[in-house]
Parts: sequence; C-alpha cells; structure tokens
Amino acid sequence: MISTSAVSKRYPEGCDALKEVSFEIAAGEMVFITGHSGAGKSTLFRLLAAIERPTSGSIVVNGQNLAALRKSAIPYLRRNFGLIFQDQKLLFDRSVLDNVLLPLAIVGLPARDADRRAHAALDKVGLQGRERAFPIALSGGEQQRLAIARAVVNRPAILLADEPTTNLDNESAADILEIFHAFHQVGVTVVIATHDEQSLARFSPRVLQLEHGRLAGNAA
Amino acid sequence: MNSFFAMHGAAIRDALRRLAAAPLGSILSCLVIGIALALPCAGWVVLDNLRAVTGSASGVQQISLFMTVEASPREVGEIESRLRAANPGNWRFIAKDAALKRLQASEGMAEIIASLPKNPLPDAFVVEPADTRPEAIERLAKTFSAWPKVAHVQLDSAWVRRFDAFLRIGKLSITLLAALLAAALVTVTFNTIRLQILAHAAEIEVAKLIGATDAFIRRPFQYFGALQGALGGLFAALLVTGGGLLLAAPIAELVALDSGSFVLHGLSAAQIAALAATGTVLGWLGAQLSVAIHLRRIG
Repeated sequence: MISTSAVSKRYPEGCDALKEVSFEIAAGEMVFITGHSGAGKSTLFRLLAAIERPTSGSIVVNGQNLAALRKSAIPYLRRNFGLIFQDQKLLFDRSVLDNVLLPLAIVGLPARDADRRAHAALDKVGLQGRERAFPIALSGGEQQRLAIARAVVNRPAILLADEPTTNLDNESAADILEIFHAFHQVGVTVVIATHDEQSLARFSPRVLQLEHGRLAGNAA
Repeated sequence: MNSFFAMHGAAIRDALRRLAAAPLGSILSCLVIGIALALPCAGWVVLDNLRAVTGSASGVQQISLFMTVEASPREVGEIESRLRAANPGNWRFIAKDAALKRLQASEGMAEIIASLPKNPLPDAFVVEPADTRPEAIERLAKTFSAWPKVAHVQLDSAWVRRFDAFLRIGKLSITLLAALLAAALVTVTFNTIRLQILAHAAEIEVAKLIGATDAFIRRPFQYFGALQGALGGLFAALLVTGGGLLLAAPIAELVALDSGSFVLHGLSAAQIAALAATGTVLGWLGAQLSVAIHLRRIG
C-alpha cells in the first residue's frame, strides 16, 4: 500500500529532517510512527500525504510514485487518504455537518447522498446529534472526533494521522485510538504519527521508530 | 454528469452565500459596477436617439439651387436645359408658387404669408448628385453658382455631414470611456475577489489538503465575480431606463413645441440582456485574474 525507499528530506536551512528512510506498509495494517519531537514524524506525514516532496528517494502509494506525480494529479491522490492534522484544521465558521460535507462536495457527491454519508460518519465517531453545533462549542476530544469524521467520510483506503491524541486527556485519547482501531478492523490502512508511546500498549501494533530523522526501529 | 451539476450547483450556492454574507459590500460593489456600465450605456442611448433624428436625412446629399426672385420663366428654362446637359444626377424643379403653398401649410405661417404683398420665394432646383464625394459636390456647387440668374447655391448635406462627424466623434469617445470603465470594473472585481480569497484562506487551505482541485477552489469565486457583474449590469439598465423615463416628459414637451414627433428610445430587452452579459463577462474576467494570481499563495 505504502512503500518508501531511501527517503531523505532536507529543508533549505540545511537541516536534515529525514535520512534514508525505507519501509513498507501493507494494505489493512495499523502502524504507529513514533519518536521524540523533532525526530521527523511530522515530516514523514507531510511526505506521505504529498504535501511536501522528498529531497531524494521514492515514495509509492497505491502503486503511484509520488515523486513522479504531476501537480494536477495530487488532489486525486489525496482522495485516497483520510488526513488528520496535528492542528485539526477544522473550519470554525461552518457547522459540524458542513465540516464533514466538505470532502464530499470536493468529489461532487449529490447533496442527498452526501448528507446521508456525513451523518453516518458522525455516528461512527459518536457525534450524532451535534450536526448543527459549531466546532468552537465542542470539547477537545469532540473536535478530534470531528476531524476523524471528516477524514473518513470519503471512505478512504488509508487513514494518516499526525499526533491525533496531543492535547487530549487520557480518556479522550483512548477513545480516539479506539476509533482508529475500529477502522483498522474493517480493513482500512491506518498510519498514526505520535510521541505518546503509552497508548501503543493497548493494541501492540507495528511501530516505526524515528530518531533524528533515521529509522531506528521497525518492529511488530 | 450528476457530479458535474452537483459541483456547479454547490459553487453557485456558495457564491450566493458569500454575496449575502456581506450585503453592504455586495450592494456597494454592484453600485460601482452599475455606474461604470451605466455611463457609457447612457451615452450610447443618447447618440442612438440623435442618429434616429437625422437618420432620414443623413444618407441623401442635396444641392439646392435658388434662382433670383426676378428670374423669368425663360431664364429658369435656360438653367433647366443646362442641368439636363450637365446631367449631375437626379434633380427636380420647385416652382416659387409651389414653394409658397408648402410654406403656407406649415403652422403659423399662413397669416404671415397672407400679409405679404407678393411671393418672396424664388424658383429653385434640388439636385441629388450621382457622385456624392465631397469634392465632386463642391465642384458642382461652384459650376451652378456661375450660371446666370442663380442667386444662391446651398449644400443641404453640409450640416448632416458635420453632424455625422460629430456623432462619430461622440461614438469614439464613448467607446474609449467604455473601455476605461470596463477596465475599472475588472479592477473592482479583482479587488473584491482578492478580499474574498483572504477571508476564505483557511477554507481554501483545508480544501486543497483534502483533495480539492484548483478548478473546485476557483469555481465559487468565478461565479461570485460573474454574479456580481450581472447584478451590476442589471442595475446599470435600471439607471439608464430610470434616467430615460425622467427625461421622457420634458423631451416630449420640447418636441411638441416644435410640432414634431420624436420618441426617446430606451433600452430594449435584448440590450438589457447584453448589458447584464457584459457585466457577467467582465466580472468573471476580474475574478479569473484575481484567483489566478492570489490562489497560488495559499496552501
């Protein structure tokens, strides 16, 4: 599903965020990318989501080499992913329902189908009944669940999350991880970048450990 | 196909929502666009009406050849035979009695003419030259004035030509004005869309991150510009039509004094549609330029 080979990323200031990182993730796997802050987790997240391009090496997602991808093809690649950002990127001037409808509007789903799917996604993350609320009225955990609903509403094959449990209390963090686990169990490939290693114990997933931009561990 | 309509429908709804979200700003923008379109449009309507006034005369070039009042029928016959020989084109003779009768028929003249001791009008010939080039007409006029007992030769077309030239200058000025104001309209839309893009930066960034194509992001802005332009065009039609209605009564009064018949022509439905279409196209153009430049900076 996802394979990287000798991926390096150097930023213009000369700092090497990633060095020669190679790994493979099979379809339906649940993988955690861990490491201290500054280890390169977020950089890897941005490279996998084609938000940035690697300085060298290749990344293949769903059989497509991201380095060779034309700029105009990137939006269509992104539709394979459900992306959950560290800062969530919710739209605070839109209702919960409208936030979830956005990805469906992007692919041009007719309004009635879109509505049905958005409600189903909100049900799945436990936000039913909050459709008309605005994100500002939601708790931190609820906002994160809204971000997940928006990511999964298009039924993507891959869920990519960057630090989804940061700023959440333990209980909310556990809830969020439970939701990811549920998607993994129905066959979705789930990749989570996190520094919160305590949460790993519950699922004993495969862990890619990054240290100073290098892959230091790749273990199940 | 379904998704095509869904996407465009959503973009139009989005554009309408954005127009409605800032009603004052939208109204002001439409006002500016409307005034920019109304100015050249009003000028054009005025010229169109002036042309209608002279329309019947403008095509025909005439030379009037007036005999002296005391010219005898034999002397008139001499001129007639000279005209036949010169064959300058169509011509007709207007006898002094016929001319007097015609003058009597016009309003208010009957009593004045009745009070005259004798017919003050001369015999005249009206020549419509076959060769209507200005220099040929000048030459003919010179020849005619050298003939015996010819008191006066008048180029009837001169004022029409002068008026035509005036209309052409007017038309050119209005075209230039229209071009300038069209550029202003594009600029107004360009700037409105720039502000719109800044206001929706977060939304644009998120949409790009989750798979929106550039076309998807541009679409609501393009519809916004086009809609604003169309509303501006309709407002311009309203201004011009309103101005016409206000002027109609005083013009009718003026024309009635002259016992003429003249109706001020306003805008036809097709012209109103053309005005709205012009606004739409220019608005779309401004939006297109703005998104092409400003969207690149986001995401």
